[in-house]
Amino acid sequence: MKTHATTPTRRLVLGAALGIALMPGCSSSGGTAKQTLTVYTSRAQGLVHPLLDRYAAETGNDLQVRYDTTASILATVNEEGQNSPADVLFLGESSGLAALSKEGRLVALPSSTMEKVDKRFRSPKGEWIGASGRSKVVVYHTKTVDPARDLPPSIMDFTDPKWMRRIGWSPTHGEWQLSVTAIRLVHGEAAARRWVEGIKANQPRVYPSLSATVQAAADGEVDVGFVNHYYVPRFMSQFGSGWGSRNSFLKGGDAGALIDVAGVAVLKTSKHQETAKHFVDYLLAKEAQSYFAHETFEYPLSAGVQPAGELPSLASLNPPNLDPDQLADLQGTLSLLRSTGVLP
Amino acid sequence: MVRRSRAPATIVVLSAVVAAATLLPLLYLVLRAAGAGGALGGLLFLPRTGEILLRSLALVASVTVAVVLVGVPLAWLTTRTDLPGRRIWLVLATLPLVVPTYVGGFVLVVALGPKGMLQRWLEPFGVDRLPEIYGLPGAVLILALHTYPYVLLTVRASLIRLDPALEEVSRNLGLDAWESFRRVVLPQLRPAVAGGALLAALYTLGDFGAVSLLRYESFTWAIYVQYQSAFDRSLTAALSLVLVFVAALILLAEARTRPRWRGGRSGVGAGRRARPVRLGGWRWPATLLCAAPVALGVVLPVAVLAAWVVQAMAGNRPLVFPTRAATNSFGIAAVAALTTAAAALPLAVLTVRFPGWLSGLMERTAYVGFAVPRIAIALGLVFFGAAFARPLYQTAAMLVFAYAILFLPTALASLSAALHLVPPHLEEAARGLGRTPWGTFRAVTLPIMWPGVLAGLALVFLLVMEELPATLILRPAGFDTLASSVWSATSEALFAQAAVPALVLTLLSGCSIALLYRREDRAR
Repeated sequence: MKTHATTPTRRLVLGAALGIALMPGCSSSGGTAKQTLTVYTSRAQGLVHPLLDRYAAETGNDLQVRYDTTASILATVNEEGQNSPADVLFLGESSGLAALSKEGRLVALPSSTMEKVDKRFRSPKGEWIGASGRSKVVVYHTKTVDPARDLPPSIMDFTDPKWMRRIGWSPTHGEWQLSVTAIRLVHGEAAARRWVEGIKANQPRVYPSLSATVQAAADGEVDVGFVNHYYVPRFMSQFGSGWGSRNSFLKGGDAGALIDVAGVAVLKTSKHQETAKHFVDYLLAKEAQSYFAHETFEYPLSAGVQPAGELPSLASLNPPNLDPDQLADLQGTLSLLRSTGVLP
Repeated sequence: MVRRSRAPATIVVLSAVVAAATLLPLLYLVLRAAGAGGALGGLLFLPRTGEILLRSLALVASVTVAVVLVGVPLAWLTTRTDLPGRRIWLVLATLPLVVPTYVGGFVLVVALGPKGMLQRWLEPFGVDRLPEIYGLPGAVLILALHTYPYVLLTVRASLIRLDPALEEVSRNLGLDAWESFRRVVLPQLRPAVAGGALLAALYTLGDFGAVSLLRYESFTWAIYVQYQSAFDRSLTAALSLVLVFVAALILLAEARTRPRWRGGRSGVGAGRRARPVRLGGWRWPATLLCAAPVALGVVLPVAVLAAWVVQAMAGNRPLVFPTRAATNSFGIAAVAALTTAAAALPLAVLTVRFPGWLSGLMERTAYVGFAVPRIAIALGLVFFGAAFARPLYQTAAMLVFAYAILFLPTALASLSAALHLVPPHLEEAARGLGRTPWGTFRAVTLPIMWPGVLAGLALVFLLVMEELPATLILRPAGFDTLASSVWSATSEALFAQAAVPALVLTLLSGCSIALLYRREDRAR
């Protein structure tokens, strides 16, 4: 009875000791002379960590990176307030940075930095800057859609009943909502409402993310979808040229041809302002820009770097001419989507 | 059996500390929701809000019924019968728990979607499109598959410790096997069934992975949408409080089903195994019953993940074994499991041995955290952590604290169910013979509770292994876990990269389960 009784407790103690011994990072916060930079990013870890590792190796700085979604990062930075340990924010959607800029949380970047990028792709107030570009496209299923014959010239034309049950969309996704914001800014509120209602009448299939939409278009679950350009090249590099969906870039300054950026900014509460600004410059230099071109299939925005092989050049694209800070007006888009019953 | 003694002060104080910690996220939600003001009323009383709430309740009810119908028979078959290969079935049938809903849901869509893998195989036979799996059926399937092991594990832990003598007596008194199961065994299993089903129900209420992938617009889905798309957190907090209220109603309903009489076996010394029931011809339907959830919940996801890995290897893409993520996951899950069980113990003792309104309230409070969207709990800890516990903020210790709050109910359910089976008079005898309270606990209570303790540890361990939303927000910088590796790969459509950590997560968790059962066997 006695031995039977003591073993469980002993096992618990041993287990706890073993668990703590196995757990790394318990006591790794000791600081040294080199600079520490904390970056919050919503970029995918698998895509950007080789680049960030390279920065750390080249500068000798200790880079602390936290990966999460844009929404979570914004909520976290808001909850942390003045106590935020973050120095740099590197977000997949510029609208998040614009929102923080509006709340006065970001510092102005040096004009030498801002000048590196076309003014369509940076904050008019100089508080955030685009590091790489992503174009909105129409993705289509190759077996059922002939892009030259079937695809209309504008995103507005997909309200035609011939697209009944053929469209995939992701109304809960921030990047997708940006397309609606662009439609509101280009065509006005009334036209945007007609578009949302028209697409809804065509009974689109709902997907949780843009990548799921691209996948569905490849499988033929839907014939077309409204997504970002880099998914198709990324899938094709994984699954080969047999991949069942392709991109169509819209022309003529159409709302559906919007170019958004993944942007970077420095927080006011950062205690490492100079290092942080140097990091921003690093992302805009040639090495990082060609990394974005060839590893993430995005559009490089500075240092004269060209996009990856099959993509049309940035100059040949024809996006609508919109103020990047205006694109951050998410509230208007959300109330439109709510009042049309697309969102709860 | 009737005891009117007062609870020891140490236990009351420890329980109060634990219950207070679980209140932190609720406090945060109330603080935030207070900021919503007028907009709140408008949102809460939209007809669509009510409709979505009803959808959530329909989901919870369906999943709860399903998990009891699957979990109880499986527990009985693998514990009390001569089912061929029942040890292996037991391990396999627990495994769906280790497949996260965001992986299981994704795989289900890829495999069984209208234009999924199955459809492509069937296309030569003229099948152009499979019936929809989206909506309620798909969401119930994924959530029931993922949560029935709660019932299986808690019920099994009780079945092992039930005194077979009671059942034998009822058989001798002329009841047939089914009647004696229904009238003698089932009432004793009730706390375990209710505990497991409650966990499944609350998990379902708070789940986001399955409902988003299978496009079922539940209340949690609405909360995440609100949270993802609006930077305003007060409305999110207000909606989360509605969910807390629903969870409280579910808890109240469960409390009403609790029996007054509680069975305890007379002594661990006389413990023996019940004689296995001969299944005879029923062996084959029974095997099928075990095989179905295993096929859908384990074999299918593992096969799809393995196929992606093979595809990537054939395409000569380098696959890296996530060693660091695996040790991080394992280490933090082990520490969190022990911490959570230690925190749950005083509460379990208090509620089982000294039932009263206060102990009941403390226990119920602990459960609420399970149903609140994890993201809301994590943000609450960001708020308190960054402001008042800066040295701990974004450390592993803070993450363990968060896990303990999130998964306290899981440990509590297992420990309470186990404690119900310890006859109080044994403890009294030990005290009468001069043992200290702690000595009594170690010598008498813990050995009898042991299978329940192990089950509780295992459940928390597995939940931590697959936890995602809170981990992403609260982890130290650079602290990758297997779940976070899966997330970061799938969020950018890198399936092969997602498949490796997902497989490792499943295998590592599976091994832990197998190890648990071995331990349990030796303890008998």
